[in-house]
Amino acid sequence: MTDLASTEAAAGTALAETDDGTARLHRNLFVAIAALLVIAPFVAYPVFVMKVLCFALFALAFNLLLGYGGLLSFGHAAYFGMASYVSAYTAKNWGLTPELAILLGTAVAALLGTVFGALAIRRQGIYFAMITLALAQMVFFFSLQAPRFTGGEDGIQAVPRGKLFGLVSLADDRALYWLVAAIFMGGLLLIYRIIHSPFGQVCKAIRDNEPRAISLGYRANRYKLMVFVLSAALAGLAGATKAIVFQLASLTDVYWTMSGEVVLMTLVGGLGTVFGPIVGAAVIVAMQNYLATFGAWVTVIQGVIFVACVLLFREGIVGVIARAIRKPL
Amino acid sequence: MPEDIILSTSGLTKEFAGFTAVNGVDLKVKRGSIHALIGPNGAGKTTCFNLLTKFLPPTRGTIIYNGRDITGEKPAEIARLGMVRSFQISAVFPQLSVLTNVRIALQRRKRGDSFDFWRSERSLKVLDAEARHLVEAVGLTPFLDLTAGELSYGRKRALEIATTLALEPEMLLLDEPMAGMGREDIERIEALIRKVSADRTILMVEHNLSVVASLCDRITVLARGQVLAEGDYATVSKDPRVVEAYIGSGGGHGHH
Repeated sequence: MTDLASTEAAAGTALAETDDGTARLHRNLFVAIAALLVIAPFVAYPVFVMKVLCFALFALAFNLLLGYGGLLSFGHAAYFGMASYVSAYTAKNWGLTPELAILLGTAVAALLGTVFGALAIRRQGIYFAMITLALAQMVFFFSLQAPRFTGGEDGIQAVPRGKLFGLVSLADDRALYWLVAAIFMGGLLLIYRIIHSPFGQVCKAIRDNEPRAISLGYRANRYKLMVFVLSAALAGLAGATKAIVFQLASLTDVYWTMSGEVVLMTLVGGLGTVFGPIVGAAVIVAMQNYLATFGAWVTVIQGVIFVACVLLFREGIVGVIARAIRKPL
Repeated sequence: MPEDIILSTSGLTKEFAGFTAVNGVDLKVKRGSIHALIGPNGAGKTTCFNLLTKFLPPTRGTIIYNGRDITGEKPAEIARLGMVRSFQISAVFPQLSVLTNVRIALQRRKRGDSFDFWRSERSLKVLDAEARHLVEAVGLTPFLDLTAGELSYGRKRALEIATTLALEPEMLLLDEPMAGMGREDIERIEALIRKVSADRTILMVEHNLSVVASLCDRITVLARGQVLAEGDYATVSKDPRVVEAYIGSGGGHGHH
């Protein structure tokens, strides 16, 4: 009995330590990310960094759904792309200020996510994934067939960056960078909070064992829809921001390859890790940028990296590190 | 005085593409009893179980729980009414810690729904003491910080019971709680079931007849989807039809 009691005490403190240790580690990582964000525009090309940040936010949103909700969406381009169209269109044709254009794009993505999510969560596994893909393809065809809104093959070009709150001009890359960095950091912190909230706990339980969660009295579908909408909205936030950064919204943003790319980024970085998608997005975007001279070979190289990733380290870059230091990242 | 029935079915039937797994079962479970559902392999016990907990919709028949027709309810609602099931294969949340597994259930009972994604999980710390208490009751305290997936099979089942008890259910439905367990685990779980049955009703599907004999007040024997016999262990075990069903089926589950 004393034996048990002492083991008990040891286990209790071990738990407290790991909990606190993990929280401290994460806090330090957030500080490090913030510091990197401050330094980045001075050492790298700001537009490149902004591109990484937009895609990192997109991958974070996707990872929220798959890594913590257990739902594989093959149609996340729909929310990213539609938000990008809405934000580009309203900034250019309605003369909305950038923050309003981005907010409106995000809201439309959330709305689209509510409708698509409600349809898709009726099925599970691969059927769920196929429904999300099919619905996203419908959005693509709509974008192709509605040139008055989307500009068709040309997309919406020369989107004005405008003035933040109607006051601060964002024409300068550095000025715009701070807005994008703030949006990224806000999105990251929000996702971190969602994962570590009472809601996040239930999502993880449903991801682990849905019938059991239901048998405990949780209406699983409502949680799945909620996490789907949150993920779609955050993907929309990323897409809407991207449209302002590149002053362009195009069919590429709603095409299925965009849905594939976000899967790739998440898997390379580390599915189900908080920070993995950021690393994954940075790796993939950097590859696309620096290997651009290889032309079509970029896709081949990407494919090879993907295969290598799946074969050699399934947990992704950050997943492997997390295992090595025995702490969730 | 009429018997106090907590759960009853009438004409409960489930057909799968021409095959009738459960056929016109009338079942009455007395409040406060430990009731067993036994029968040879393929008798329809698990199907029956899934019908009662609404994981399967019945083809025909009605289910009454606490005087309320629950035939059309969804599984999550059944749990909210106080009738909680376990699963044949131990059902835990493998990537969550032992403490969190139990806390998830407490979270449902104490806070209802948790759609608050903006709040820190620190707000759940108030549940930790009670969760620890429940974990201690099933002897898992030394494993609090392990993830449930790392536990041995018997301990997973103990964790599952702790999680179920966290809901303070009025009625427990246990699907083969002893399946795949060693003798020591069986004794521990048996004692645990006896302990928790004090102020609850338990309906269990179980193959281990010695467990059924020592635990259960009332036994319903199913064979080919129908009720073959009902009564206490002494009555049922002497019933020639029951003996015939067990031995005649050639199943390996008739032994003690």
